[in-house]
Amino acid sequence: MHPALTLAGKDLRQRLRDRSAVMLAVVVPLALAAIFSVLFGPSSTPRAFEYGVVDADGSAMTRGFTAEVLGALEDAEVAEVIALEDAAAARRQVRDGDLDAAFVLPAGFDTGVRGDAPVAIAVVGSPDSVTATSVARSVARSYVGGLNAVRVAVAAIGTSGVRLGPADIEQVAEQTVHGVSPVVLADVSAGARVLDAKTYFAAGMAVFFLLFTVQFGVSSLIDERAEGTLARLLAAPVPRWSILAGKLLTSVVLGVASLTVLVVATSLLLGATWGNPLAVAALVLCGVLAATGITAVVASTARTAEQAGSWQAVVAVSLGLLGGAFFPIQQSGSFLATASLITPHAWFMQGLANLSGGGGLGVVAPACVALLVMAAATGAVALARIDRVVAP
Amino acid sequence: MTSTQTLGTQRDATGREGSLLRCDRLKKTFGDLKAVDDVSFAIAPGETYGLLGPNGAGKTTCISMVAGVLEADGGTITVDGEPMTTRSLSAKSRIGYVPQDIALYPDLTGRENLAFFATLSRLGRREAKDRVAEVLEVVGLTDRARDKVQTYSGGMKRRLNIGVGLLHRPRLLILDEPTVGVDPQSRNAILASIEQLSTSGMAVLYTTHYMEEAERLCDRVGIVDLGRLIAEGTPRELTARLGEAQHIELTVEGDPTRVAMALRRLPVASRVSATAEGVVDVLVHDAGTALPEVLDEATGTGSAIRSVTVQEPDLEAVFLHLTGKRLRD
Repeated sequence: MHPALTLAGKDLRQRLRDRSAVMLAVVVPLALAAIFSVLFGPSSTPRAFEYGVVDADGSAMTRGFTAEVLGALEDAEVAEVIALEDAAAARRQVRDGDLDAAFVLPAGFDTGVRGDAPVAIAVVGSPDSVTATSVARSVARSYVGGLNAVRVAVAAIGTSGVRLGPADIEQVAEQTVHGVSPVVLADVSAGARVLDAKTYFAAGMAVFFLLFTVQFGVSSLIDERAEGTLARLLAAPVPRWSILAGKLLTSVVLGVASLTVLVVATSLLLGATWGNPLAVAALVLCGVLAATGITAVVASTARTAEQAGSWQAVVAVSLGLLGGAFFPIQQSGSFLATASLITPHAWFMQGLANLSGGGGLGVVAPACVALLVMAAATGAVALARIDRVVAP
Repeated sequence: MTSTQTLGTQRDATGREGSLLRCDRLKKTFGDLKAVDDVSFAIAPGETYGLLGPNGAGKTTCISMVAGVLEADGGTITVDGEPMTTRSLSAKSRIGYVPQDIALYPDLTGRENLAFFATLSRLGRREAKDRVAEVLEVVGLTDRARDKVQTYSGGMKRRLNIGVGLLHRPRLLILDEPTVGVDPQSRNAILASIEQLSTSGMAVLYTTHYMEEAERLCDRVGIVDLGRLIAEGTPRELTARLGEAQHIELTVEGDPTRVAMALRRLPVASRVSATAEGVVDVLVHDAGTALPEVLDEATGTGSAIRSVTVQEPDLEAVFLHLTGKRLRD
């Protein structure tokens, strides 16, 4: 058997007997993922806004708003809309929290628009649903803006001395509206896809604790140095690189085993949906390689087990926070979102987010490539420092 | 140390043919500290060679280079004709290394520890299994083979530590202070095992700061101090250098340094040293005639003498003679 395999076999046997390793690799991340998904799950899962609408006018124009504008929101699953009797009911339901916001189209709306009388669409908003109210106001403002464009066009023709009949006004309105670029709501990019809360926290905790799990392999070199067994390994007829390779192999096996158990456990116990198994497996392997490389570099700079433990913790927590293991870093502004890309966590989570929209290996390929580049760069640094790492 | 090639056999400065280990002008520095400074020695097959010196003399650094754990800054090492460096797998396969610390995995059983190191030593599966069983028998741990090492006593760990070094039947066994921290009973068992090994033809390189061990085990001894090999020979040859010198050991109540300073003025005392524990060593030509004078001078300092021991010349006296220090200073 190759010395690296012999060494990895010995290390894995030790780790299996070490309950703290099993706790850190599987139990703690699983428990935290469950707790976080229960605590933050409902509020972090995107849901449709709940709107009410009062059409006191009942005209073709108001039906255009309720059926076409609000109907489009329903079709896009952005909002659920219910019809209400009157403005008082709208205010009551919004105040009671049954609705996020309500639109009130008053009687005489159509007449007012066609004539000179001032008309308004009232938006009843809830202070507890700021985003939903803001969206409702924007929708109403956009619709009213379109109507105002028609009114301005008709008024402009009127001032030129041309007398317009109802049919003419209808034609002007159509031409005006069609001449204006429509307001569209579009998904900005594939990157905007988000994981559901259970999967997000399962993946976040799994990748966060991965950096702690893989350190049981590489950092055990420092323990072996302290306990004197490294001197014995160095005196054995095995090349030094195979000692490092054995330790790296231990890290990779531990990391893959830990993530695999977490993927299966969170799927079965928490209902997390990770996506295409083959693509998830590729992400897991690449993520483990990157984490192992980072841990190897940290281990190569430490001389004592205490030093290594402290530095590993600082690096793991810093990268976890920056990489979005605890909260979606993409929502914290473009600078942090860009900075997060130096972490394996961000790429791992990004790969999974992309996978949530469907697809297979091709979808996670960019994330896998980024993780492999990290693994190669950090691995090269660790190998360059082998004389310091594998030394008595 | 120089060597010459004679009719296909190597002959070194010790006059022994076919040295199994040859160290020539070894050097190792750590920063400004010369840990090993121009050390040369050779060991023949079946010979037990002791490196004797106080803690910090450079013994461990020296054998770490011989074991291929540390790279020498200068000089050469050959084991069974193979050059030894940190990358010499062939030379490493010929040695068994027993570090000073207990170099075992406490959360593995005794058998698992041996099996792991047997596989690393490139023994085949079958051979490894047989050798593990044999070594467990040799170190008297067959009954405890399935227990984790962390449950072993200090002596048992020491024995297993040595057993690991024997697994692949090395031509040269390197033992770095193997009896440190061991109870007298286990210590005797370890020393007896080593005596048995040397009779089986295995060469042994043994470091210690216990001169009794060096005298009991070693065919030849190299005395090391401050990184240099200051004397070498059989224990008899080394003690013969002192002529008829004898060794008076006084245990004093009071300031031993003051007593030592007073005794150094005596013409009969060739070397004097003192320890913090109140022991003063005096090297004299004839204890019978010198003793009254020594006692007068010592009591004259105001210190009370609690005990007096007169010993024939030994390696401790040799070390004292050469360095003015005790081995265990």
